[in-house]
Amino acid sequence: MTMIRVENLKKSFGNLEVIKDMSTVVEEKEVICVIGPSGSGKSTFLRCLNRLEEITGGHVYIEGVDITDPKVDINKIRQDVGMVFQQFNLFPHKSVLENVILAPMKVKKSDRKASEKKAYELLDKVGLREKAKAYPGELSGGQKQRVAIARALAMDPKIMLFDEPTSALDPEMVGDVLDVMKQLAHEGMTMVVVTHEMGFAAEMGDRVLFIDGGYIVEENVPKELFGNPQHERTKAFLSKVL
Amino acid sequence: METIVNAFPYLMEGLQVTLYIFAIAIVFGFLIGLVVALFRLAPLKILNWIAKIFVDAIRGTPFIVQLFFIYFGLNSLAFISLDNTTAGIVTVAINAGAYFSEIIRAGIQSIDKGQTEAARSLGLNSTQNMRYIILPQAFRRMLPTITNQAIISLKDTSLLSVIGVADLTQEGRIQASATFDAFNVYLILGIIYFVIIYLLSMLASFVERKFVLR
Repeated sequence: MTMIRVENLKKSFGNLEVIKDMSTVVEEKEVICVIGPSGSGKSTFLRCLNRLEEITGGHVYIEGVDITDPKVDINKIRQDVGMVFQQFNLFPHKSVLENVILAPMKVKKSDRKASEKKAYELLDKVGLREKAKAYPGELSGGQKQRVAIARALAMDPKIMLFDEPTSALDPEMVGDVLDVMKQLAHEGMTMVVVTHEMGFAAEMGDRVLFIDGGYIVEENVPKELFGNPQHERTKAFLSKVL
Repeated sequence: METIVNAFPYLMEGLQVTLYIFAIAIVFGFLIGLVVALFRLAPLKILNWIAKIFVDAIRGTPFIVQLFFIYFGLNSLAFISLDNTTAGIVTVAINAGAYFSEIIRAGIQSIDKGQTEAARSLGLNSTQNMRYIILPQAFRRMLPTITNQAIISLKDTSLLSVIGVADLTQEGRIQASATFDAFNVYLILGIIYFVIIYLLSMLASFVERKFVLR
């Protein structure tokens, strides 16, 4: 089943055309890693997938629904599309537990007991049950990011978007977060991951998209993309990061 | 000493009126401020303009002129009839509302936009985002400035004596002329205002400590 279909996506900020023309398809349970130089539009691409950025042109279909249609209830769509940010964006005035149960309770109107039970399961999964009562300010970066993943998972999303989830972390924290993401991938979550972790992309990606200059320059299985890149720009980029 | 003892009960009556007016005006002022701030930040241009004109008009004119406009000006219209206390409450509320709106707007804008993005990506609509994520954080940040404006508004209520509201200042004026002891009456008057404002600041810093941003 096709989870995400992107057709001729365009995105401009004023006169600056960040995404010129991108099309791709993400199937159910696929893990897509998006790589590319900074400023290439890869984060913007990701943020168009749940319309955090208003889309300038083209179409994005989430489970067959065109989210560029102004009549679509975007809040409904977003419940199925979890997102994890580079800067975590935990709610600092709420405890870890409250961060995780907020959306299920307010958006899905789940009762507190069920929401908390689910939250504790998810905190177990990311290894942070004992931090349930702590506040984000008391956590390390890696812990914050794992809470952010648990918070997104609490809505039972069908797709997870990761926007450079390990870029703001100290090196020793990166592994914990990647482990959680690997576990998610193994469980069959459909994932789109913008990342600089080439190791993760190579190991976990079903496909890797190389984005540069507002285009998807190259798209292939990691073995081919990393081992046998077809385009000059891909080669140039990989020679710098590998 | 005796004059003060005699005057004191009248001053306390005036204090009650002052606190009553202040309490109502500050609550409405805050609500006005919240609505105007949301207008100011709304995606609709017309709402932005309404909010901006309102704030500029209030900021650009003296309190006493606003008071006269509402009490004498509006009352001169056939279909409006406000007693002086009501006119006073309305003026303080509107005046405070304009200043509150700027404080609230700045508070809302000071919250990192990542907070909104996280909330919206979880499926919260913009109202839920404001209510559960942005405003609770913004209010903690605004509290010192809000306290400041509340204190200014409390002091502004003393101007209502000009339109004959029997507030603390008005009672003080009456007692000063009745007792011929202006020095002591106004000294006591000042001390009463000082104590009230001091208590208000203590309450505010208590609330601040209680809701400190973690």
